[in-house]
Order: sequence, then C-alpha cells, then structure tokens
Amino acid sequence: MAHGFFPGRSAWLIAYTLVVTLLCVLVFTGNGLIDTVAFLALLAPLFIASDFDKCDPRVGMPVLAFVLLCALPLVGMRNTFYLDVAIQVGIFAVLALGLNIVVGFAGLLDLGFIAFFAVGAYLWAIVSSPHGAALLGTGFPLQGDAFFVIAIVAVFVAAGTGALLGLPVLRLKGDYLAIVTLGFGEVIRVLANNLDKPLNITNGPQGIAGIAQPLTEVAGTLATTTAPAFKWQALIYYAVVLTLVLVAVLANRRLDSSSIGRSWLAIREDEIAAQAMGVPLVRTKLIAFATGAAFAGTMGVLFAAKQTFVSPESFDFNQSIGVLAMIVLGGLGSIRGVMMGAGLVTILNLQVLKSLSAGLNHLRATGFEIFGWSFANLPTQFEPSKYERLIFGLILIAMMLYRPRGLVPAERRPISAGNAGSAS
Amino acid sequence: MSFQLALELLPPTLADGLILGLLYATIALGYTMVYGVLGLINFAHSEIFMVGAVVAVELLTYVLAGSPLHPVLQLALAMIVAAAVSAALAGLAERVAYRPLRRSNAPKLAPLITAIGISLFLQDAVRFVESLFGQFIRPFPSMPFFDIPLPLTPNDSIPMKSVVILIAAGAMLVGLRYTVNQTRLGKAIRAVATDRMAASLMGIDVNRIVMLTFLIGGALAGVAGTLYALQFGRVDPFSGFIPGLKAFTAAVLGGIGSIPGAMVGGIVLGLIEMLIGTFVPILTNNAIGTEYKDIFAFGILILILIFKPTGLLGRPSTEKV
Repeated sequence: MAHGFFPGRSAWLIAYTLVVTLLCVLVFTGNGLIDTVAFLALLAPLFIASDFDKCDPRVGMPVLAFVLLCALPLVGMRNTFYLDVAIQVGIFAVLALGLNIVVGFAGLLDLGFIAFFAVGAYLWAIVSSPHGAALLGTGFPLQGDAFFVIAIVAVFVAAGTGALLGLPVLRLKGDYLAIVTLGFGEVIRVLANNLDKPLNITNGPQGIAGIAQPLTEVAGTLATTTAPAFKWQALIYYAVVLTLVLVAVLANRRLDSSSIGRSWLAIREDEIAAQAMGVPLVRTKLIAFATGAAFAGTMGVLFAAKQTFVSPESFDFNQSIGVLAMIVLGGLGSIRGVMMGAGLVTILNLQVLKSLSAGLNHLRATGFEIFGWSFANLPTQFEPSKYERLIFGLILIAMMLYRPRGLVPAERRPISAGNAGSAS
Repeated sequence: MSFQLALELLPPTLADGLILGLLYATIALGYTMVYGVLGLINFAHSEIFMVGAVVAVELLTYVLAGSPLHPVLQLALAMIVAAAVSAALAGLAERVAYRPLRRSNAPKLAPLITAIGISLFLQDAVRFVESLFGQFIRPFPSMPFFDIPLPLTPNDSIPMKSVVILIAAGAMLVGLRYTVNQTRLGKAIRAVATDRMAASLMGIDVNRIVMLTFLIGGALAGVAGTLYALQFGRVDPFSGFIPGLKAFTAAVLGGIGSIPGAMVGGIVLGLIEMLIGTFVPILTNNAIGTEYKDIFAFGILILILIFKPTGLLGRPSTEKV
C-alpha cells in the first residue's frame, strides 16, 4: 500500500475542520440539540490544534486562526445565538484563567472569585448608566467609548480590591482562606443588594439598567453600509473577547514560566519549604490574588457592557462555583485544560441543559410513553437547567475521586536556571 | 435612643442571642470535631444540618401531625430521626468523599473541593425531592404549644419554644462534653486529634474514630437543624449555607479544634449578632439595617483571624515540617 495514500494527522485535522465548518454554515438546522453537537464539533479542532506537543504549530496555528477568525463568525452570522455562546465562553474562559492563577498556580482556594467580576461590572455600570449619572453628577454617564479606558481602570481597581482582601487573610492557611473568600463573596453580594440606601449606589436588588455599549457608531455604520439585519454589535464583542482571551492566555503562559510563576508553584507544593528557600509568602500570594482579580475585573466591565444590565443575582455563589468547576474539570494549572473546562461548562449551562429541558418538556406535552410510563407524569418541577448545582457538585466530586488532575492535566516541565525564561 | 428603650430591648435580645448562640455552638461542634481529628473543614456540614431540618419539618408536618403525643415528645421523635439521618449522611460523606482521598496521594485541595461538591449536590437533591411535593420552602408546622408565652420581665415574655431550645441544645452540649471527657470513645477521639499516627500505634482504629466523629457531628447537626427550624419557623434547601458559615465562624472564634471553644464561640457570636442586629439599626436610624448583621459576623471572623488566629480557647499551634 502506498505510504502517501494516507494523509497525516495534520491533513485529517484540516479536512475535518473545513468539513465541519461547511456543514455548520450550510445546514444549521435550528434544532437545539443537533446544533449544539455541531457547535461542539466545530470547537473540537481548537482543542486538538492547540496541543503543540502532538500537532505541528505550523498546522495548528492556521487551524486555530481559521476557526476563531473565520468559522465561528460565519456560524454566528447564520445564528447569532452561537456568537453569543462564543462570547460567553470567552468571558468565562478569561475568568477561569484568572482563577487558575490563584487556585491552579498558587494553590490558594478562592471561593468568592466572582466578587471581583462584580466589582468590574458595577464599576462600568455606575459610570456609564443614567443611574450613575444621578449619583456622580455632571460629566456622567460616560459615553460607550470610555469602555476601553474603564476596562484598564478596572484592572487596577479589581487588583486593588484583591490586594485589600488579601492583605489580612493571606497569612491564613488554605482552608481558612477558602472560607474567608467565600464570606467575602457573600459580603459583596449583600453590599450590592443593600447599598441603595442611605446613598443609592448599586440600586439594590433591582440592579442597574441602561448601561452604555462600546463602539455603537462603528456597529451602526457597518449595519447601514452592509447587512442591516446582522447584529454587528455582537461581532464587535466577539472581537473584543477574542483579543482578551488571547491576552489572558499569553499572560498565563508567561506568568507560568516566570520567576513569580515558579514561586507560586513552590508555595503551592510546600509553603514551609518555599519560605525556607526565600520565597516571600505574603507578597507572592498577594500578587497571585491581585492578578487573578484583575482578570475578573476586566471581564466584569465587558460583561456589564454586553448585558447592558447588572443585578446582584449575576454574582452569587453559584457563579463562583461554576468557575471553580471549570478549572477543576479542565485541570488545575493547565491552560488548555482550563479553557476546555470553561467551554464545556458554559455550553453545558447555556445549551445542553436548556435543550434537555426543552426536550423533556416536549415529551411531557406529547405524553410520550416508555415501558408504559408516560412522560406526562414527569413532574413539572424537573427541569435539568435548574439543577446546575447538582451537576457541578457531581463534577467536583467525581473529578477529585477519579481524575484529581483534570481532563487535561498540567504538565511538569523541568526547567534549569539557564533557560528559565524561554521555555514555555 | 432612650436609655429606657434600650433597657427594655435588652432582655429579649439577650435571650434570642443565647438561643442563636447555642444553635451555632451545636453546629460548630461538628466542624470543630472533624477539624480536630482530620484537620479538614467539612464544608458539607452546613447541608447536613439543612437536611436534618428538612427531615424534622417533614416528619412533623406529615407523620406526627395529629398524633396524640405531647408536642415535646413529637419534637423529640423528629429530633431523633433527623439526628439519625444527618449522622448517616455525614458518615456517607466521609466514606465516599473523604476517606478515599486520604488513602490516595490526592492534591491538598482535593478534600475541600469534594466537600463543596457534596454541599452543592445535597442542596439541589433536597430541592428536587421537595419540589416533587410542591413548594421547596417548607414552613414549620403550627404547634401552638411552642408559642405559649412565658414571662421574662414584667413587660416582656418569651415563647415556650425558646425554653425548649435552651434545654435541648444545652443538654446536647453537656452530653457531648461528658462523652468526650469521660468515656473511652472520647479518650480515643482526643488521642486521634492530638496525634493520628501515635494513636494508631496505640491500637486505636483511626478510621473508625474518624467515622464516629463524623456520626456524632452529623447527629448534632440534625438536632440543631430541628431546633433551628422550630426557632425560625421555616426551612429551605439553601437555609444551611448562612448558619453553616456562622457556625464555622463560631468554631474559629473559639479556636478551631477545641470543643469548649466551639461552645463559647457559638454563644459569643450569637449574642454579638443579636445585639448588633437590634441596636445598630436603632443607633444609626436604620441607615445600617439588620441586613448587615451577616457582614458584622463575618468582619468578626476576619478580625479574629488577623489578631488571634488560634481563637479564644485554641492552643497555639506549631508548624511541623
């Protein structure tokens, strides 16, 4: 048999990517479950192509670029819902990468991570909404284009909040830290819920509406000059999210192989030994905390702008646990794993559980029978989309018992003093 | 605020604070005992407490309602069943999610993460089961006996349930103190808490003692759940979270790992919380309302951890390499 007859891995990957893209773009059915599978199939090349140990970067990089820059926007044009899903995945991927620094690299269990996300979201909500204008006076609300400035401000505000929380509590051992961060998450939520009096800062449980969006003129121009029906604003968010994901991944990689990354690893593995080797404990932990918080703060700004509405509900304990489930599922400390975890959990939440609920509701409505038992008997309270805690709980337990290092375990790379900076 | 008003509000506030404190103490014992023997914070404890409360409320609503038994006996029965269910659940959690991790060389964070997993799972599992039968927020059934007012001061009275809770929770604490200090089992628990390795060399079956510790802690949580539902009149799948956090704060306040510490810490926290919840809104003209009492309780936790990490009664710990 001629050796050249079988194309190599790379060729298969390219062929698969093209075929799936074509199928997705041409024959999107509108059926939730089938489209979800198709969408996941479209994301699969991202996972394979980013494994540079097995896949040649000269093939992997173009495949990544093609899927992210071409296939996903095209599918998004067909059905804006999927662009939205991609944006959500991106937001959570960056959040997960931020938490990965704290939990994965430095080994500090943070159960109130979403609080920093809330800080960023409320920051943009207050400075850019009519509600904030009433509070802050002249000059406000800021226009949508201040978004990029505030996103950078949010990096520092969130990092500052992280440091402020970290200073008193980082001297604690791991389990104390977990519960203090959990409480901190609650505190932020209680504050968001109750700071509508004496001075109305957060507008309480009603939340803040009418938040400005960035680059609305650009979206408007694109709509008038090209396709008016298409949601250009969503595409702009997609571009912004994609950039931020890229920045986050690069930052994670660089931090992982930097000297601070080595210090994090050292305190994660053995605090006392690390201290004995001259790693300053509090400062190193503080940097981890602040860096993770900065990621979350920036994404908070983006989240608020995209939703144009924030309320305390979006920042409850469930969300913190959701992000934790992402990184535990993917693999603590493993960048590819964390990204995959973010994708899987977000899609599970946004699509799989919802379409399962819809499917079951359909079966109930039609009175479908299986072994003489009618689905009409299924209690109406049972909707898979309402039981995400149960699923997260099972994921956390099962992963810790059977694959404590995640689906894509982080690798241990030996690094000698000579090439410490360049290996990655 | 007039001095007169403060004087009038003080006795009922103190009584409520003491009750809340005893409940926190009963829950906190579960955290502190497990921490004592394993050095692990059992995050799932708050949900084990919640399940106890739900079981007791359901029993009183559907099984014991209308029975000729005296209300106190009904409550006692519900309490025993709730304690048994909670204990079984705590034991199951230890068997399924903690023990396997002790054997394998799991990462340090692993038991904490499985504990959170169990917590989440129990919340939704209870919500699912409850919503099969209607609302998942369950009111405590009406039992007029527990609302009989008893005079506290000339102007004030406390309901019968307060006295019942005081006696029941107090008896639990005394009983536990006796068990830990005077019995063979208690001696074994203290031995394992002091040094697990040495205890096993002395012929103590460490896994059995750890299991028993979980069972005792779970049973106490079940009792506390029943009493908590009686005091606050309702229970839902998420009502374990905040009391659990507070009880943990109480355990840390008293010195985690210390049994008398958990009792003292619980009572102190209950009193502080009630006093703040009553008097701060009055002092600040409602600018800082009762909603903030959780934040105060939590601020106390952070302050203790900064200034006296070993708590009020905890022993100073030395780190071993």
